[in-house]
Amino acid sequence: MRRGIAATALVAALALAATACGDGDDKKQNKSSGEISGTVTYWDTSNDAEKATYKKLAEDFTKKYPKVKVDYVNVPFGEALNKFKNAAGSGGSGAPDVLRAEVAWTQDLANIGYLAPLDDTPALDKQLDYLPQAMASTKFEGKTYGVPQVIDTMGLFYNKKMLDEAGVKPPTTLTELKAAAKKIKEKTGKTGLYLRGDDAYWFLPFLYGEGGDLLDVKAKRVTVDDESGVKAFAAARDLVESGAAVTDATDGWENMQNAIKNGDVAMTINGPWAIEDTLGGKAFKDRSNLGVVPIPAGSGGQGSPQGGHNLAVYAGSDNLDASYAFARYMSSAEVQAKTTEALSLLPTRASVYNKPEVASNANVKFFRDAVDKAVERPWIPEGNSLFQAILVEFPGVLTGKTSPEDAAEAVGKAYRKLLKDDWK
Amino acid sequence: MAVDTSRPAEPAGDAHRAPGRARKPGSTAHGTPGRLRRALSTHWYAWAMVAPVVVVIGLIVGYPLGRGVYLSLTDADESNVERTIGVNHIPATYDVVGLDNFTAVLEDGVFWDRLIWTVTWTVSCVGITFALGLGLAVLLNRQFKGRTLYRSLLILPWAVPAFVSVFAWRLLYNEKNGILNKILDGGGIDAVPWLNDPTMAKVSVIAVNVWLGVPFMLVALLGGLQSIPGELYEAAEMDGASPWQRFRHITLPGLRSVSSTVVLLSTIWTFNMFPVIFLLTRGGPGDSTEILVTYAYRLSFVNSPRDFAGASTWGVLILIILMLFAVVYRRSLRKQGEVW
Repeated sequence: MRRGIAATALVAALALAATACGDGDDKKQNKSSGEISGTVTYWDTSNDAEKATYKKLAEDFTKKYPKVKVDYVNVPFGEALNKFKNAAGSGGSGAPDVLRAEVAWTQDLANIGYLAPLDDTPALDKQLDYLPQAMASTKFEGKTYGVPQVIDTMGLFYNKKMLDEAGVKPPTTLTELKAAAKKIKEKTGKTGLYLRGDDAYWFLPFLYGEGGDLLDVKAKRVTVDDESGVKAFAAARDLVESGAAVTDATDGWENMQNAIKNGDVAMTINGPWAIEDTLGGKAFKDRSNLGVVPIPAGSGGQGSPQGGHNLAVYAGSDNLDASYAFARYMSSAEVQAKTTEALSLLPTRASVYNKPEVASNANVKFFRDAVDKAVERPWIPEGNSLFQAILVEFPGVLTGKTSPEDAAEAVGKAYRKLLKDDWK
Repeated sequence: MAVDTSRPAEPAGDAHRAPGRARKPGSTAHGTPGRLRRALSTHWYAWAMVAPVVVVIGLIVGYPLGRGVYLSLTDADESNVERTIGVNHIPATYDVVGLDNFTAVLEDGVFWDRLIWTVTWTVSCVGITFALGLGLAVLLNRQFKGRTLYRSLLILPWAVPAFVSVFAWRLLYNEKNGILNKILDGGGIDAVPWLNDPTMAKVSVIAVNVWLGVPFMLVALLGGLQSIPGELYEAAEMDGASPWQRFRHITLPGLRSVSSTVVLLSTIWTFNMFPVIFLLTRGGPGDSTEILVTYAYRLSFVNSPRDFAGASTWGVLILIILMLFAVVYRRSLRKQGEVW
């Protein structure tokens, strides 16, 4: 208990020390003429299965620009936004030059002024080659603040062997999912689905599946507490209540991945970022055992959120020219093709899909079609905060402690408080 | 009690005074110097010694505190405060809104829900920690073999960084793969949703905090026990007092000054115990284990744009609650004759 105070004092002392000596960095002001030189600090947020590939690719930038030094830093995804804001807000010492920003962070950071606008800079080349949905997530108040690096959405991952054993086909609707789970339980004794209860992103497929949405941005209206929102909470709860799915309110990612990798559950809802990690499990020693199908449909059809990552350049970067060049390189067709080949991630450039090594990847092909149907999230500065209110209610709904009506109402109320006056 | 030695005899002092330090002739004409000036001139070195501490405390305690109170009266958030981004400097554009933030928070049910749980959490943590600490201290105050070993083992939780302990507990508590449930499973008992059920999560976070807090109580109370003279117990035994009577009438009064301090301290720490709750459950499931400080953190670090005004408002309210508690607690102690 006492160390609470000691730790606070230590943090305060370190913060002071960091601000005191943080300015003496070795980045040289880049001259506008001649070859690009200097150091580019890059914060990558890719997960453990992906980071080695990204590190290698980032460092290969120096092959093109020998005078530029790339400082690759892997920052855990969950902490990156806060870390970046802390660094950028305190005068910029310690902030990276280039950040791999989740699509919902882009508007948030641009709104505060932390990101450099990229229109008419070398960072954006062959703009028309980018998928329009990916490009949409980079815009804020008419300017572009990011270069799309990867795009993703969610699908239903399944263990082919287990489904065969139970004699069921991959479900396409929630009703089929429940029936399939029941058969899986009978035949193999295992649970059908792992449904993450500790991340609001996993609620979105249900919401879109009932034809709902979080907000109507054009009409400035909160729509999550509409009838469709209530139905979405009810649908997710039904899966857990009927025994078709298991869930957790903490450690959801870890438990979900363990469950599917060890063959304890037959299905999960997940995105392309999980493909490589999932294939590392003992249930997928034979890599072809992993199947991916579109997200099961609710009463309003299939729907899953559009996600992905953009490369954003810090407005206070000492070395904007090198940063622009680095952002362009990291989202170039060549680099995207390599991440697709190694990690089955989805390129944001249309031209990359035509490359033979990309076209032959079944998972990528599948997700490409899924992305076309994916629902764009509200690209507003508060986009990331929208998840908080859902997260407060979701576990209660899944465990039957909160009614779907109350949950939807509470989320709607929280949104109106967050978005202030001009929203209904 | 014969002679007052505090003041040297006047004549002797005057006789030995060096000429240079003699009273200036004009000093009486201007009247006696003010008390402050005299205090300054006599104790200037003391003030000089204290000054750096005053400056440092002013900087690291006073400034943030004052700034926090000021922000709670404004509508500052991340997008309208002053900030410097590289070479760009963006000036502040927020306004003072008076007590609006406070009325908004106090009218909102969220604050009262969180306050009730925070008080419950504090009272149960401090109560259980104190009871366990006292019990263990009394046990360890006897002479027996291996006493030092037991004492060191019980201090162990204190030696481990809090976040390491909390992460270890989180692994133990994991419903699907945690050791606790594996053990229960071996005994044929169904898995307990340690952190996934609101009630169990509350019990779980209290248990971890008690585990972390007992060593401190134990050490403090053991020190207190050892300062109680053994003769008192001997005398009581001679008078035929039962063990319970000795505990009730010698041990507890003898520990009063120590225990009143540790209870006050641990109440304040527990009230603001951020790491246990945040690292173990992040306030979840839902917001069932969220205490006031973790909610303030959520406002200022999780929501975007960060709500500085709202978080400061919560911070000021927490400060007021704790100050009120400390005042009331001190008063009640003073009535019992304790002074600290």
